[in-house]
Amino acid sequence: MNFVLLITALLTALLLVVAALGIAKLISPSSTNPQKGEVYECGIPTRGKSWMQFKVGYYLFAILFLIFDVETVFLFPWAAVVRDLGVEAVFSVLFFFLVLVGGLAYAWKKGALEWK
Amino acid sequence: MFDFSIVSSWIHNLLTGVMPEFWAIFLECLAIGIGILLFYAVLAIILIYMERKVCGFFQCRIGPDRVGKFGIFQLFADVIKMLIKEIISLKNSDKFLYALAPFIVIIASILAFSTIQINKGMEIIDFNVGIVFYMAATSLGVLGILLAGWSSNSKFTMISAMRSGAQIISYELSVGLSLLTVVVFTGTLQFSEIIQSQADGWLIFKGHIPVWIAFIIYLIAGNAETNRGPFDLPEAESELTAGYHTEYSGMHFGFFYLSEYLNLFIVAAIAATVFLGGWMPLHISGLDGFNAIMDYIPGFIWFFGKAFFVVFLLMWIRWTFPRLRIDQLLKLEWKILVPIGLFNLALMILVVVFKLHF
Repeated sequence: MNFVLLITALLTALLLVVAALGIAKLISPSSTNPQKGEVYECGIPTRGKSWMQFKVGYYLFAILFLIFDVETVFLFPWAAVVRDLGVEAVFSVLFFFLVLVGGLAYAWKKGALEWK
Repeated sequence: MFDFSIVSSWIHNLLTGVMPEFWAIFLECLAIGIGILLFYAVLAIILIYMERKVCGFFQCRIGPDRVGKFGIFQLFADVIKMLIKEIISLKNSDKFLYALAPFIVIIASILAFSTIQINKGMEIIDFNVGIVFYMAATSLGVLGILLAGWSSNSKFTMISAMRSGAQIISYELSVGLSLLTVVVFTGTLQFSEIIQSQADGWLIFKGHIPVWIAFIIYLIAGNAETNRGPFDLPEAESELTAGYHTEYSGMHFGFFYLSEYLNLFIVAAIAATVFLGGWMPLHISGLDGFNAIMDYIPGFIWFFGKAFFVVFLLMWIRWTFPRLRIDQLLKLEWKILVPIGLFNLALMILVVVFKLHF
């Protein structure tokens, strides 16, 4: 039943976008003008393409995020049962947790968290 | 306490009495879809009106007051204006991805929206891994923003999309850590069980110091995830025109605007559900008479009261603090919030395992 509802929500989202765009297409005016297809940016004609090399700092943070997010996802199933597993389980997860903290400390020390 | 599942099971029985099961479920799904759309639209209207009024209040203005009494028809005028604007297609853009971006943004927003529990028995999706599903659904939204910025082939949208990507994925980590802290305490990932476990006091009252820290971290990170408040540098209008949706027009732009406000509500609603008890009335253990009186107030009033309280808090933050720079933003996340979040998680584990709570 849950998956039926999930698909219902998905289809609703699709319907919202398609219906609103359809209504807008029906009632909005349309005219052709060669200037209209230009990129707006800040109003003056643009120079060159925008698909170019970009600052690498953003990718560095994306990679850091990937590592940490995957590790927190591993912690979720354990977090749901930590109360029942007791003290021994905490010590075995502690090593995993220390790796997480150690990774952050290493990235910090190497200067990966600085914005250059 | 008013339980909505009585109403839904009554409707189900009524429908299965006159038609086969398949068509009954089909009709129910149709009703749910219409319900989602109506609720989504009404909430967007309320939130945008509220934002304008609250913003005016904080800036010593009145806010919208010309169209209709107290300016309540301003929003409807805006919607009509958005619908009758022409949808422009750009010459040098990546056409497929340009058209795809609003779909992804709205899908992410509606999927996260359908995990919200409004009343007892009144929820749409209630997975046993609800919190993981919620985080997965919200993190889909950044994909739409990145695609929108990249595919329009404009320098400002490109810069904005990159900033937004770095910001949203960074702060998602803090949202995850603060929700993880709560999961350690409640021992379940399902939203309905998390609410059920707060029957003898909301988590913010019985959860000790780790839950308070998690609540504050969640508010900061949730605010950043919706691109609002002091963290609105993806659409810093003084630098980047309008950010990643500069090149979108009419209803295309409307989708981004809509999802931005609904994401604000979703963040507030999850904060209300997880930390403030959702639809659970205020219960104080020991005072049975008081609890019985509180039970007479329906759950959805409690839920909306709490959710709009958090929305007001987030708006207050937005109109009070100046915008951060990108290096300050990432420093705040990676050098302050993540270490505090990890420390807080360790503290919570100690509290739970050695039973230091009441």
